[in-house]
Amino acid sequence: MKRLLDIEFHKFKYSKSSKVLTIIYLVIVVLLMFTGLIEVTINNFTGSLSDLGIFDFPYVYHLSTYMVSFLKIFIAIVIVSLTASEYSNRTLKQNLIDGLSKKELILSKFYLALVLALLTTLLVFLVSLSLGLVFSDYTEATAIFSNLDYFLGFFVSHLLFFCFCLFAGILVKKSAFALGFIFVWWVFEGILRLISYGIDLKMDVQTYTYLENILPLESASLLIVEPFSKVSIVKGGIETLSGTFEKDYGVHWYNVLVCFVWSALFIYWAYALLKRRDL
Amino acid sequence: MEPILSISNLTKHYGAVRAVNDVSFTIQKGHVYGILGPNGSGKSTTLGMVLNVVNPSSGSYSWFGGTTTNHDALKEIGAIIERPNFYPSMSAVQNLELVCKIKNIATTKILEKLEVVDLAARKDSPFSTFSLGMKQRLAIASALLNDPEILILDEPTNGLDPQGIRKIRDIIQQIAGTGTTILLASHLLDEVEKVCTHVIVLRSGTMIYCGPVDEMNKNFGSVLVNASNKEQLLSFITTQDYFGSVTDSADGYEVVLLKAIDTAQLNELAFKNGIALSRLAHKKQSLEDQFIALTKNH
Repeated sequence: MKRLLDIEFHKFKYSKSSKVLTIIYLVIVVLLMFTGLIEVTINNFTGSLSDLGIFDFPYVYHLSTYMVSFLKIFIAIVIVSLTASEYSNRTLKQNLIDGLSKKELILSKFYLALVLALLTTLLVFLVSLSLGLVFSDYTEATAIFSNLDYFLGFFVSHLLFFCFCLFAGILVKKSAFALGFIFVWWVFEGILRLISYGIDLKMDVQTYTYLENILPLESASLLIVEPFSKVSIVKGGIETLSGTFEKDYGVHWYNVLVCFVWSALFIYWAYALLKRRDL
Repeated sequence: MEPILSISNLTKHYGAVRAVNDVSFTIQKGHVYGILGPNGSGKSTTLGMVLNVVNPSSGSYSWFGGTTTNHDALKEIGAIIERPNFYPSMSAVQNLELVCKIKNIATTKILEKLEVVDLAARKDSPFSTFSLGMKQRLAIASALLNDPEILILDEPTNGLDPQGIRKIRDIIQQIAGTGTTILLASHLLDEVEKVCTHVIVLRSGTMIYCGPVDEMNKNFGSVLVNASNKEQLLSFITTQDYFGSVTDSADGYEVVLLKAIDTAQLNELAFKNGIALSRLAHKKQSLEDQFIALTKNH
């Protein structure tokens, strides 16, 4: 495993696009940390965002994992381009001739995806921990160590997305088209959900709930649901409009399971595709 | 002798097209092999199969007597296929470091091998800035990193200028001189003739010859003879049983030989018959002529 990771990190380290995108990712994460200082006016409230209590433990975990999740597209582009450029530069062929097996090749890419998912999770944990320590009103250990399952959700959703990108890169062979494929798949999931919503309305069945928990991208996005309606000021607003408001914000074990299954499938399919192909 | 590579009944179909059809041969240690064949005769596909990048439709092959897995065997091999493939943004050294990591060997030989191919001065330039000749030389350096048991080269001089071709050919001859087994695929026959001891000839996917270069055609070449009295010379020629067909040319008669002869004896015999030869030259048939003849016969 160490050798395979070493090989893949060598490629990562000396690739221009991966360097640039990683820096962009880090810069945006750091910039997001400073949003707490922005002055806002909501209803009759004026003050910085941190005064809203959004950086309180453990809410800060939910908020930051949700927000930083959107940035995973930058890392995803790195993975797609590292994979697809192996085809366009024909280095994939050379790697195999040099003595890497097809299985090792996919595994080395998977290990990189795994490590990047772990590193981004660690990063968001450190960022939210320091935000909390600076701004939170309560810093008791019980508060700090609660709701850590959001990081599990963050990690799992990233791993799934990276595995999907790896698969897309192998399947489509060209970075731009692979990213296009991911986008088309995302639209496709949306259309499927719309159809099932229609079916539910017409036939009085419950396909929608099943479907959204099974589709890979949707299931990953359900791991961490939006945190905004949890903020007291927003929640209060919704309740004045529509009476009582209850929502389940937890990370569900079945979403975690579904994401792991999809990740495994994408890696297996990438391997099966590569094995069958002549290069 | 140890077999390095044994191929048996290797076949590859692309749909209805049979790119390689039932090819079998064995590569022995220490020889320099040439794979000959016109474009599209299945040379690269055959090499692709034994190098684990093309899946065979049927048949099998084994490296080093089948004692290791194929991808481990490939770590002991140096191979360049078609055109050099490296990471464009990495420098020569960084690319070679990656190859070392894949082959699981120390990176200590990188500079030494870059010297062999005359690239040490450009070791830190990105691969994308290299000319085709330099890329091809880097590929050779990369193939040499592990001091391979066998070096496989597929059209190594394709697309190079005359200087580039000469440079690559010198490097190949230098490597052949060290006793490394070489398998060289090419359609440039003089290239193969200069370095190879054995040839494998392919035509539309089928192997039509495998063996030493000299025995490719049962053929003894021809002699070019001339004398001041051409009529007397011609009558002398027709009486000798080892002479075949005669072609008259401005330089004299070109006579196809039917068996091996000693030119000194021929000279002596002609002199005894009262003919003083003004010209006597033995011409071996070129590989090109042999190859054309062989591919015509089948």
